[in-house]
Amino acid sequence: MSIIAALGQAAQPPLSPTNIFAPVSTPAQSIFELSLLVLAVVGAIFVIVSGLLAYASVKFRKRKDDDGREPAQVYGSSQVELAWTITPVVIVLVLFLATARVIFSVQDAPRPPGSLEVTVIGHQFWWEYRYPGLNVVTANELHLPVGEPTFLTLLSADTDHSFWVPRLAGKTDLIPNHPNKMWVEPRETGLYLGQCAQYCGTQHAKMLLRIYVESREDFDRWIHEQAAAARTDDLSSEGRRIFERTACINCHTVAGTPANGRFGPDLTHLMSRETIGSGIARNTPENLRAWIQRPDALKPGSLMPPMGLTDQQLDAVTAYLASLR
Amino acid sequence: MFSLIAAEAAIFVIFVVAYLFYLGKSISGPTPSVLHVPVFLTVCLLSSSWTIHRAVAALRRGEIGSFARWWTSTIVLGAVFLGGTAREWQHLIADEGLTIRTNLFGTTYYSLVGLHAFHVTAGVIALTTVSLFTLFGQLKREHAARVDLVSLYWHFVDVVWIAVFMVVYVVGR
Amino acid sequence: MSTTDSVGWAGTRIAPRPFVDKLHEWVTTVDHKRLGILYFAFGLTFLLVGGIEAAVMRLQLIRPHNDLVTPQVFNQMFTMHGTTMIFFVVMPILFGFANYLVPLMIGARDMAFPRLNAFSFWLSAFGGLFLYFSFVGGYGLYGAGTAPDVGWFAYAPLTAKTFSPGHSTDFWTLSLLVSGFGSIGTAINIIATTLCMRCPGMTLGKMPLLVWLNLVMAGLVILALSPLTAAQLMLLVDRYLGGHFFDTQAGGSAVIWMHFFWVFGHPEVYVLILPSFAFASEIIPVFSRKAMFGYPVMVAATVAIGFISMSVWAHHMFTVGMSSGGNLFFVLSTMAIAVPTGIKIFNWLATMWGGKIYFKAPMLFCIAFLFQFLLAGLTGVMLGSAPFNWQLGSSYFVVAHFHYVIVGGILFTVFAAFYYWFPKVTGRMYSETLAKVHFWLFVIGFHLTFDFMHVPGLLGMPRRIYTYEPGRGWDTWNFIVTIGVFFQAAGVLAFVANMIRSYFRGRRAGSDPWDAWTLEWSTTSPPPEYNYASIPVVKSRRPLWDLKHPEDPDWKYE
Repeated sequence: MSIIAALGQAAQPPLSPTNIFAPVSTPAQSIFELSLLVLAVVGAIFVIVSGLLAYASVKFRKRKDDDGREPAQVYGSSQVELAWTITPVVIVLVLFLATARVIFSVQDAPRPPGSLEVTVIGHQFWWEYRYPGLNVVTANELHLPVGEPTFLTLLSADTDHSFWVPRLAGKTDLIPNHPNKMWVEPRETGLYLGQCAQYCGTQHAKMLLRIYVESREDFDRWIHEQAAAARTDDLSSEGRRIFERTACINCHTVAGTPANGRFGPDLTHLMSRETIGSGIARNTPENLRAWIQRPDALKPGSLMPPMGLTDQQLDAVTAYLASLR
Repeated sequence: MFSLIAAEAAIFVIFVVAYLFYLGKSISGPTPSVLHVPVFLTVCLLSSSWTIHRAVAALRRGEIGSFARWWTSTIVLGAVFLGGTAREWQHLIADEGLTIRTNLFGTTYYSLVGLHAFHVTAGVIALTTVSLFTLFGQLKREHAARVDLVSLYWHFVDVVWIAVFMVVYVVGR
Repeated sequence: MSTTDSVGWAGTRIAPRPFVDKLHEWVTTVDHKRLGILYFAFGLTFLLVGGIEAAVMRLQLIRPHNDLVTPQVFNQMFTMHGTTMIFFVVMPILFGFANYLVPLMIGARDMAFPRLNAFSFWLSAFGGLFLYFSFVGGYGLYGAGTAPDVGWFAYAPLTAKTFSPGHSTDFWTLSLLVSGFGSIGTAINIIATTLCMRCPGMTLGKMPLLVWLNLVMAGLVILALSPLTAAQLMLLVDRYLGGHFFDTQAGGSAVIWMHFFWVFGHPEVYVLILPSFAFASEIIPVFSRKAMFGYPVMVAATVAIGFISMSVWAHHMFTVGMSSGGNLFFVLSTMAIAVPTGIKIFNWLATMWGGKIYFKAPMLFCIAFLFQFLLAGLTGVMLGSAPFNWQLGSSYFVVAHFHYVIVGGILFTVFAAFYYWFPKVTGRMYSETLAKVHFWLFVIGFHLTFDFMHVPGLLGMPRRIYTYEPGRGWDTWNFIVTIGVFFQAAGVLAFVANMIRSYFRGRRAGSDPWDAWTLEWSTTSPPPEYNYASIPVVKSRRPLWDLKHPEDPDWKYE
């Protein structure tokens, strides 16, 4: 029990930012409470049975002063066997009923009208987020308001993925041609981490999740900024020209420009994000430049090809992207 | 042999499940309505269970000649079934444009019916092998038990056809 | 082996037979004992290979952002490690024991279909070699060739041609297809032998528990391996004939692959554990000097486990988005199967209770098995609670759980079985000291690795990742987990050394070094090719106990 308590220190920084015993959202909380019951039952069984085992191993060992006779042969005992059949059945029933309650409360939770909806689309190896009705499309960093339920619809553009942010909810898979639903209801602001939990190919390990839970005002402001078209300092910059003449626009979208590809992340407000490459590097001009030059260097097996630009072109494109706030 | 039949039955169950699961889910392309119900072929195949039963009974009585006639009839009926299936497929591919890669229906149909036809073919080969032994005078009354095992496999193939027929041509259409 | 001794009749020396002759004999053998030994050799070799693959992974994960291997190689490692260990280590070793022991224990001279037996072995062997050819064959260039990298359960649509061009998936599919036919052949043999070739007096209720457990295991193989065969055929149709079984772009379903695979996959793990229970059920009574407690219930529990195991498969799919009703059903069936399994643990405990326990190597490994299997079963109950599974599934908690079962449960009883029957198979005793060294090294290593592996799972670490971020709190735990590997490797080396050295230099063992009670101990060590000069007649479950204790035979109480 103390291990669980130690693992679940929610007041202090938890042992880990992805600790399942430090829930900050309703579904994760329900699971946590169920897990305490399960752990208690299972722990008790372990202590009792392994205790008996240890005791038997010691008490009935062959002693040095053994007389060489065989011990009494006991072939069975109906009462004992009945007892140790009934007890597990009862335990199973208890656990089953407790589990059923949580399954229904989490999976079949009613959706309050007007609650926020986000569509999550899994890609190899990044996350696409769309807020239908709010005209926002972004990637890799999800923003949610605190204190309200948000319902996520989970889709996939290629293979199977899984959305797992332990402190917010249990994981749910993103499977192509099989839409799934989940919900979160965070009660504390902050940045919550996770990552893809279903093997999806070479860079499964670096498909990280960053969920920013903010106050309603901050969230609304973020939505407002994201919904706007691209704002950039220098509309006729060299970098923008290279970007729009190269294959970049086939994969990426920059709202309000000819770039409207959907294979790669939306870059309209790239500089509003703290990280690039789905969480693997800080969003600095140096990292951006290195990424565009050769994504494989930061994320070997990434599906973005090296663009074969010269140093000058790279500088220009990086400057353009760095202006997309 | 029963264990083998159990294992094979399990394989067929999975293909049937896939077929049923995907009914109506094809996005485009031909649907099961293009299928003609193969009544004649079914009669042939199911009759072959009767003929093989008569063959084994004859062998148990030691009547090799009678056995050979009934056994050969079984092979002929099996071959007719295969030939008819081939013709049906030729029609589906050439006239209806249904191949294994056309859509979900094509994939599941050809896989299920094809898997069965493959087992019929294997059965026909086994039966023909027994015929060759008979032709060379090697088959004796004491082999009845072994020949019975082969007939068990053949009956299994027929039972599977009943299942496939119900699923594909009755339920599925 | 006695048939190739170079001492002839009346003590005259005859020339030793040429090596090629001996090799030919082994390659063409249909003797169940020889085939058993071939299975052992095959399985143990792949154990070392699979162990190396595990070591590579653990070394890569010893610290975050390590670059010992590329992600591509790591992904091949976990795929090959899982596939190898399950299909080419554990299954062959268990089939080897079944082959060797079942005819001996029922008083028969061989299996029902000796040639099918040999054919099944060579199919499995070929499957294994074919899988490993993938490292050098195919496109064979980038680092580790084109070995499969889709995970041992090869989820669609990652296995579609679009996402897995090249032949890595095909090596996985074809090698398992081939060895699957071999497994079905062996299962047919076990069933036919057990049902038709028992010696006089041995009703089904008087068979040793090992024979019962292998019978149920064979039944499961028949029913469960076929879905995998079917699914793999469908995958081949998709990849090569343009089919759409799992083609999500054409309306196909990725989830149906999961259903088909786990309909195989879950009974498969019971295929692996039932023979382990068999070993424990033979060894624990002998080393506690007491009859098995509750034989009828042990049989009933086994059959129950066999049936229920066919209904729990989707507990591997709780996160896939099944309905709440669907999830609920599988929670119930999963927890239900814990009941007969737990009963077995209690029965073993009761067998030890009031007995006289000898702490020889087989018993040491079995006692460790009891503790470890208990814990593994309990983490399994945790995972069976669907909401808890939504957090723990696909994480290192699951990896820890199933390794606890397979290594802590199955491998421990396999070691116990090797030590227990080593004298019978080779005619020599192994070194008890070296065996204890093996035991302690391995137990320490096992617990270092797999106890602590649960923690990163609880702290959010998913599985199948070639590296991880620092600052998630996973670093120290991963480090400890990796250290355990060295102890386990040392233990296994001690085991191999013991087997080899004792084969050549061990003290000669008689026919019954353990004072045991089942039929195999009544014939010589090693048994002659025909097993028994005359077919034995039995009256109880422990025929040798009856012979040794004529004043108090078992058949009075059964």
